[in-house]
Amino acid sequence: MIRFEHVTVTYPRRSEPALRDVHLTIGEGELVLCAGRTGAGKSTLLGAVNGLVPHFTGGRLEGRVSVDGVATSSRPPREFAHLVGVVRQNPLAGFVTDTVEEELAYSMEQLGVDPQVMRRRVEETLDLLGIAGLRRRALRQLSGGQQQRVAIGSVLTAHPRVLVLDEPTSALDPTAAEDVLATIARLVTDLGTTVLLAEHRMERVVPFIDRLLFVEADGTVTDGEPATQLRRTSIAPPIVELGRLAGWDPLPLSVRDARRRASTWRDGLIPPPPAATDTEAPATLEARGVVVRYGPKVAVREVDLTLAAGEVTALMGRNGSGKSSLLWALQGSGPRHGGSVGAGGHDPQRLTRSQARRLVGLVPQDAADLLYLESVDAECAAGDVESDSPPGSCRTLLDAFAPGIRDEAHPRDLSEGQKLALVLAVQLSASPRVVLLDEPTRGLDYLAKRELTRTVRALAATGRSVVIATHDVEFVAGVADRVVVMAEGEIVTDAPVADAIAGSPAFAPQVAKVLGSPWLTVDQVRTALGVA
Amino acid sequence: MVGSQLAGNLLPRDLHPLAWWVWALGLAVAASRTTNPWLLLLVTAVVVHVVVSRRSDAPWALAFRMYVYLGLTIIAIRVFFRFVFGGAEGTTIILRLPEIPLPVWAAGIRLFGDVSAESVLGGLYDGMRLATMVICVGAANALANPKRLLKSMPSALYEIGTTVTVALAVFPQLAESTQRVRRARALRGTGGSRFEVLRSIVVPVLEDALDRSLTLAASMDSRGYGRTGSPSRASRRITGTLMATGLVGVCVGVYSTLDGTTPALLATPMLLAGLGLAVAGFVVAGRRVERSQYRPDRWRAAELATALSGIAVAVAMFRTSSVDPTNLNPSLTTLSWPLLAWPPVLAILVGLLPAIATPPPAPPHVGLDDMPDDAPIPARSS
Repeated sequence: MIRFEHVTVTYPRRSEPALRDVHLTIGEGELVLCAGRTGAGKSTLLGAVNGLVPHFTGGRLEGRVSVDGVATSSRPPREFAHLVGVVRQNPLAGFVTDTVEEELAYSMEQLGVDPQVMRRRVEETLDLLGIAGLRRRALRQLSGGQQQRVAIGSVLTAHPRVLVLDEPTSALDPTAAEDVLATIARLVTDLGTTVLLAEHRMERVVPFIDRLLFVEADGTVTDGEPATQLRRTSIAPPIVELGRLAGWDPLPLSVRDARRRASTWRDGLIPPPPAATDTEAPATLEARGVVVRYGPKVAVREVDLTLAAGEVTALMGRNGSGKSSLLWALQGSGPRHGGSVGAGGHDPQRLTRSQARRLVGLVPQDAADLLYLESVDAECAAGDVESDSPPGSCRTLLDAFAPGIRDEAHPRDLSEGQKLALVLAVQLSASPRVVLLDEPTRGLDYLAKRELTRTVRALAATGRSVVIATHDVEFVAGVADRVVVMAEGEIVTDAPVADAIAGSPAFAPQVAKVLGSPWLTVDQVRTALGVA
Repeated sequence: MVGSQLAGNLLPRDLHPLAWWVWALGLAVAASRTTNPWLLLLVTAVVVHVVVSRRSDAPWALAFRMYVYLGLTIIAIRVFFRFVFGGAEGTTIILRLPEIPLPVWAAGIRLFGDVSAESVLGGLYDGMRLATMVICVGAANALANPKRLLKSMPSALYEIGTTVTVALAVFPQLAESTQRVRRARALRGTGGSRFEVLRSIVVPVLEDALDRSLTLAASMDSRGYGRTGSPSRASRRITGTLMATGLVGVCVGVYSTLDGTTPALLATPMLLAGLGLAVAGFVVAGRRVERSQYRPDRWRAAELATALSGIAVAVAMFRTSSVDPTNLNPSLTTLSWPLLAWPPVLAILVGLLPAIATPPPAPPHVGLDDMPDDAPIPARSS
């Protein structure tokens, strides 16, 4: 179905090619995962399938890419619309119309499909994806998971033979992500669609896939069975790391397989000591009865929260449960319609912005919004001035978080992890006692997340309180001491990490699913086994 | 038989946007023919009544209020200017303000001074006429989804239509990302000069807008937008010439029809010839486009009634203007209460027809009860 013949892609003003001599064939009805480190060229590989690379992005493509026997060099991407459906990372940015129904019909209108057929296909697609109830709704008002399903539906109506998905679940909460993945698996089984998808959080996808393409840092691509491929890749989901650690062969890819293997093996493990909870730690921030509302809708409903020094708190809950609103209200620059917040003896909302950020620092969801200068050096200097801290302190922090970033590099050219580190350094140069991070793991691969975990633990070790709003349970298992789960603006769970997530069907990390409570991370198992 | 058909016609649905526009423009043209305040108020009342009974809850429908405010502002400005820049035509002086002497080079402009009732009334009537026309256009905007109107444009204008659609999609996002970046900016404190602060907002917003436009363009391309096959140079030139000439003809024709002083020869024949050329251009251009439309708006009896009622009002006002001009444009030289004659009143009341003869709008896109709990709240300006 898809053929890459000795494909090398080089972007202008880059000395190294993004893809190097890629040679592979993807057959009809296969579900193929494309993995690799951030910035390794996954998006380039995906974009090359329908010719967006290089027709749209620029750069030079050597070799030949063909879909169903048609070379992408022979015609523009729009001539592949009936063959290849592309769903990109942020579905909202790719929507052309206003309502669900019109969006589903858009591709077909372009292809000149007969109105009767169009009407029928829209109805079929609405049912296939389970979004019939949303048909007349405005696209902007859908939740993330619904938007993602509409985006998939809008390319499906053209009946493409190939579906290309770039990070379809990265912004979704665990349940919504499962929904989307189940939909994709169903397309492969029922319709025989060939699916090529890229995904950072491989743990959810790996059980479904037929093959794994791994894009190495130098742009070469290896191709093979998931179990053999994962034996040696630099990034792997926790379940695979556990399998590697235990020496299981073949590697288990699903929780079920692993659990069968683990049933006798885990008896030899000595359970980790319960985490010491420091009840004596002084409170750094106290919130009482915080209320945030937008018109008639209550986003945060009388929430009480106390943060202790040296504690990392994970704030979880489905999309729209009020996590971000709560963080912004705690920082003081977001709206707050009731209750009180006290940090360091002051209410951050009553202070000036510069004073507030010395008490509570917030890294927002779109961290890059804070960056506006042309070089890392200039951003760091500006950070020092804004925080009244001695010159060079921001740069020192940055080097501690992410060493080796060049002074003159443009912030936009940094990887997601480096951007996050830069924003974190700018915010921490004001040395706040409380640090709030909103969805920091978006777009980070396993290694970058491990870096972030290290950074966050180091912050906590200096007596700061850290709050992280996230959907990523594996990350939470590794970094947090305490988990707060929100639903409909209220706190429904507030407990130590082991109690809060190990027993929950939606939030349990893979290691807990395999080995049972109290195991949470591969690192714990590694320590227990005495492996360095 | 007739009854059952009528019932089908009156099921809730959105009317063809073009019908609303024809109706609203008809009323606007009627308003442009008169300065009689009673008639203008009557037109406004008719328009408001139809809007209130037939608009949906869609965002564009809620903008009608803005047009009403705009109309009131226009009237206020018109009257205010008569006070500021000389209002001494006529004899009934109602206010004596000191006149501010201006230098020689500004001769011909008067600042303050005596204000006469005649000139203030003239400003008021004039402002009311303009305001009524603005409200008519606002009504069309409130009743017809502007994007659906773009969709029902002839296929030859498809490219322009889509460009406008994309611009309309990106524009509100610009406001949204400005708000987001301003919020984020506050997190870095308030250091730096005004220029620095401005730059720290403008740079990320523009980067964001550029990224979004590129994403949208890539998405449209990969979904088959523009698969029309490129037309030959000759055919493009022919369509271009036909359309441009036709549109010029239409403009001249419309102008001479509205302006009673131009020779009648220029009016109707010019309009018809222009229309003919433009239509020919559309047909030639439309032939190369292979595209279909999902659930196109259909033109049924209700649409016909709506459009015809608008046209009828306009035509009737033209007829009565030749019969009884003094009532349509009340005299400003001899002050008296403007009179009201039956023919134009009845003519304007025909414009009420859509309030009864059209189906109610389809239920709104979002009901409050089925909103997802994480729906982004529309940005409010503080």
